[in-house]
Amino acid sequence: MLLAIDTSAGTSVAVVDLRGDVLAERSTDDTMRHAEVVGLLIEDCLREAGLDARALTGVVGGMGPGPFTGLRVGIAAARVFALGARRPFLPVISHDAIAWGRYQAGHTGGLLVVTDARRREVYWSAYSGTDAAGLPERSDGPGVAKPDVLLGEQWAHAGLPRFDAAAVSAGELGRVAALRLVEGHPFAADEALYLRSPDVTISAGPKRVSR
Amino acid sequence: MNRLNPLVLGIETSCDETGIGIVRGTTLLSNTIASSMEEHARYGGVVPEVAARAHLEELVPAISAAVAEAGIRLTDLDAIAVTSGPGLAGALMVGVGAAKALAVALGKPIYAVNHLVGHVGVDLLRNGADDADEPLEYPTIALLVSGGHTSLLLVRDLVSDVELLGETIDDAAGEAFDKVARILGLPYPGGPEIDRAALEGDPKAIRFPRGLSRPKDMALHRYDFSFSGLKTSVARWVEQRQDAGEIVPIADVAASFREAVVDILLTKAVAACVDLEVPRLLLGGGVIANARLRELAEERTDAAGIALRIPPLSLCTDNGAMIAALGAQLIVAGHEPSSLGFGADSTLPVSDIQV
Ligand SMILES: [Zn+2]
Repeated sequence: MLLAIDTSAGTSVAVVDLRGDVLAERSTDDTMRHAEVVGLLIEDCLREAGLDARALTGVVGGMGPGPFTGLRVGIAAARVFALGARRPFLPVISHDAIAWGRYQAGHTGGLLVVTDARRREVYWSAYSGTDAAGLPERSDGPGVAKPDVLLGEQWAHAGLPRFDAAAVSAGELGRVAALRLVEGHPFAADEALYLRSPDVTISAGPKRVSR
Repeated sequence: MNRLNPLVLGIETSCDETGIGIVRGTTLLSNTIASSMEEHARYGGVVPEVAARAHLEELVPAISAAVAEAGIRLTDLDAIAVTSGPGLAGALMVGVGAAKALAVALGKPIYAVNHLVGHVGVDLLRNGADDADEPLEYPTIALLVSGGHTSLLLVRDLVSDVELLGETIDDAAGEAFDKVARILGLPYPGGPEIDRAALEGDPKAIRFPRGLSRPKDMALHRYDFSFSGLKTSVARWVEQRQDAGEIVPIADVAASFREAVVDILLTKAVAACVDLEVPRLLLGGGVIANARLRELAEERTDAAGIALRIPPLSLCTDNGAMIAALGAQLIVAGHEPSSLGFGADSTLPVSDIQV
């Protein structure tokens, strides 16, 4: 049994079993209230699945890419839940969950997953298809780019069928993790995928105040 | 739950310190702090996004270290406490998300508390201090001074009645130290640098203005502070010397600036004690580390017959122990836990002791 948490877009929490069945899933598309809702959604999912933390095998965190402020809330919650429950933390790239959903819905072959990065930019990941276990195979990304770049014919992944997602499902994130665990596939690096440096300008020194 | 001596873990992420504290009632078991200050040094001040990223990386190691130091297991805890505000929104959210997850994972109640009131509550953790046996008496005036806040409070009761008397209307005092340090070509953080430079200086060399101290300002802002005019005045003074090709007497500027800050802070704090007939003053916040502030506070309170309390300096800077201590006091007083839907409130009023 896995608890999965993703706040790379809205907030989504799910409990899945290792066969990949989703026992409970709660989500909100609100991109402003991650800190408010995350605890309630975890509590609701555990209650609906009829479990407490001791019944879990691991805690899955969606590592992004995603806008920073919200993304951090879910990663912090997932890491600290894992610590509190004394279970392993299992990092998964959030775009993999979106791709998984598309392949489950019948898509085959190459796929470009695109999500909003704010500031008139998008996050993207390119997939070549699925492996023998049915897991999406990421061939490039995740990256961040101006939307125009993705439309250019010169772009490395021009022509791939594109899917723009507004939400990430923790149920799908959890199913990717369950399959990875069962198949013995490695997890993602345990690092938040901000893909942008914090915007700060190094001051050139104090400004004059006298005229 | 042990309501007499609750074992509480506090999480504090309102600024650039990731603080995890563990207390049993009023006994401090761990005060673990991971600071991202060095990362901010090259920017000359706290960069919110840099601070928030550091919190995310420091939380799990800090919680583990605190638990190990306290010699407890997480499952032993009676409750989790967390700073809901005020502070930097993105930084606060990391702590709030983590605290909620920890509370649900452990099946423990959560107390979302006010950072500023935590600075007052930390005074209860005085194990080993000389006056460890004297409990904090109420009402008390509290002067909280840091890089993020400059507030004057009337605390009638720690867990139920805290009133804001005044606060800075522009920069926090700690920010003023950072900005003036930059004007003088000194590194960040400015407080200790100004202190060092001021050692050889004459605090009366230059009469810098005391913000909001003129009669018309006092009518409207009796207990409020302002430091941006002071900073500008220091900058102008320094520029005039530079323009005239003179050497800037850094020690005198530092000492005179520091004197202006410390003087106005204590003038207003002592005035509040006198006006409201509250003969007790408690200091809190990172700027309390400033030796001149503590020295003048002793002089002024002695002269006015006011009892001065200064928590151990290690507990004056932002930390998780103060959050745990306040959470424990709420439990002892019989307060119910916070409901799980609270958020991070960057402008949480000080009268909201628990959210
Ligand atoms: Zn503080």
